[in-house]
Amino acid sequence: MDLSGLFSYFVFFLVIVSVYGLLSLGLNIQWGYTKLFNIGIAGFFAVGAYTSAILTTPPAMDRVGGFNMPFLPALVIAVLLSGFIAFLIGIPTLKLKEDYLAIATIGIAETIRLFFNNEAWLANGVRGVSGIPRPFQHYITFNYNLFYLLLMVVFVIGVYLAIEKALKSPWGRVLKAIGEDETVTQAMGKNIIRYKMESLVLGSMIMGMAGSLYAHFIQFISPEVFVPMSATFLVWVMLIAGGSGSNKGALLGALVIWGLWSLTDLITNVVPVDYAVKAGAFRVIAIAIFLEVILLVRPQGILGEKSVMKAAKKQEQE
Amino acid sequence: MLQLIANGIIFGSIIALGAIGLTMVYGILKFANFAHGDTMSLGAYLALLFLSLQVPFPIAVVLAIAVSIAVAILIDHYLYRFFRTTGPIILLIASVGVALFLRNVILLFWGPDLTYYSRAIHLDFEVIPGISMNSYEIGIIIVTAALIVLVHLFLKKTRIGKAMRASSDNMDLAEVVGIDTRRVIIWTWSVGTALAVFGGIMLGLENGLRPPMGWQLLLPLFAAAILGGIGQPYGAMVGGLIIGIAQEVSTGFISTAYKPAVAFIIMILVLLIRPQGIFGGSKRWI
Repeated sequence: MDLSGLFSYFVFFLVIVSVYGLLSLGLNIQWGYTKLFNIGIAGFFAVGAYTSAILTTPPAMDRVGGFNMPFLPALVIAVLLSGFIAFLIGIPTLKLKEDYLAIATIGIAETIRLFFNNEAWLANGVRGVSGIPRPFQHYITFNYNLFYLLLMVVFVIGVYLAIEKALKSPWGRVLKAIGEDETVTQAMGKNIIRYKMESLVLGSMIMGMAGSLYAHFIQFISPEVFVPMSATFLVWVMLIAGGSGSNKGALLGALVIWGLWSLTDLITNVVPVDYAVKAGAFRVIAIAIFLEVILLVRPQGILGEKSVMKAAKKQEQE
Repeated sequence: MLQLIANGIIFGSIIALGAIGLTMVYGILKFANFAHGDTMSLGAYLALLFLSLQVPFPIAVVLAIAVSIAVAILIDHYLYRFFRTTGPIILLIASVGVALFLRNVILLFWGPDLTYYSRAIHLDFEVIPGISMNSYEIGIIIVTAALIVLVHLFLKKTRIGKAMRASSDNMDLAEVVGIDTRRVIIWTWSVGTALAVFGGIMLGLENGLRPPMGWQLLLPLFAAAILGGIGQPYGAMVGGLIIGIAQEVSTGFISTAYKPAVAFIIMILVLLIRPQGIFGGSKRWI
């Protein structure tokens, strides 16, 4: 690979990191703050991606859509739709024990994937949707991927600043209090279910945004992209490794884990084709062991925060 | 229609066997074990391994169960044990990691292709008018019925079975009255894993073996456990049969690809209407 090849690989790499960064930030609102266990990230990611794909592509004969809609309005609809699905999931599950949300979210993610897989009239089924337009392409005279990276950076920083601000507000402190001690927060007169719902919906909207931005970059999506491994599990490892509860940690985790994942991918590509499946399996085994080791050795992650209530107690004692 | 219901009973038996273990672990160790489906696959593939070593089928089943139980207890000892005080969600995350680990170890050793225990073809014959099955399928139903009776006797009649029921009701209280909770935990993994391996092998006999076979069963397993009232072994048996029959009957109306979605929709309906499940409400194991 020559220097320019390396450069474009690096740009591509960073765009994917920022997509994962958004997913990880969304999960941090849900898990890092409110301790909502969402393992259906792939589902919200898919809703965002497919909504944008259907709305922005030119008309097609064999499926719904092709509405030729511009990038930004489609993005807004994709984000709202992801939030709406999260709202529907929240209704039966948020008042129950936390594990039910976990089971329900993985259920909805799989159902969404099956739906896109089988309903060819909607989004071409297994063959997927191709030719998703690149936003602002006609105005960009330089390296388009580099432009897209800048666009992603704007989105990531925007989301980061917005949720940092929101989470430092009284509203955000309630979310954090729910995550640390639900009973105490309820005793303080807070409507737990409402705050949990807001956390679930907001986090899922960011995941939908990530999906939309991903679709416009890669220009092709199929149900294969939204399997639990790459779209849900990796995000969890990113957040846990980076440090749940910390937005910086969420972004750092995305960079580090996607870096490791891509590195092992490079190694997989070097080995003979016969071993490719085995090397792929080995890669997942390595990342699974990595997750368990983090959980055992440093459960708060690289940049994890200590519990606010515990910190306050410590201050009181001193 | 009759045939679909019969198919549902076969598939439901497999789900029930998996769901009993899932619900026991939930009741006693208090966490949703996402690796349970992959334990089923592990057992199925271990049986394949022993069969390839020319071990007779019944002994291969016993060996597969023994090795799977050893794996489950080792994982508990080196991993889950440390998270018992940190709450159910960390255990849940850890179990997702274990699920991926097991599935990919299987993939590493056996590859991704569909394999079968035997190349022999078992012809369907008419058992009663309107319902045909092959000899495997009749075996699945008989073995499941026998296992359910055994589990019932185990929970009701043996000391350890009673200790397990007590621990499921209240672990701290059980410990206070002198129940050895460490033994209870080992037995819970053993019984749950043994049933899961039976289920996995049956699934292998019925549909052949693929590495994601157990993972894909996870949603029906949880649906069955929730439908029956989570933590309730008897509920899981009934829940398994209901989910199995519902999934098979649904194929008469909608695409077979939606079978997992059917389980999911039943689960959501149960959560909406009766979150404690059919047999929930009283915390007791009936």
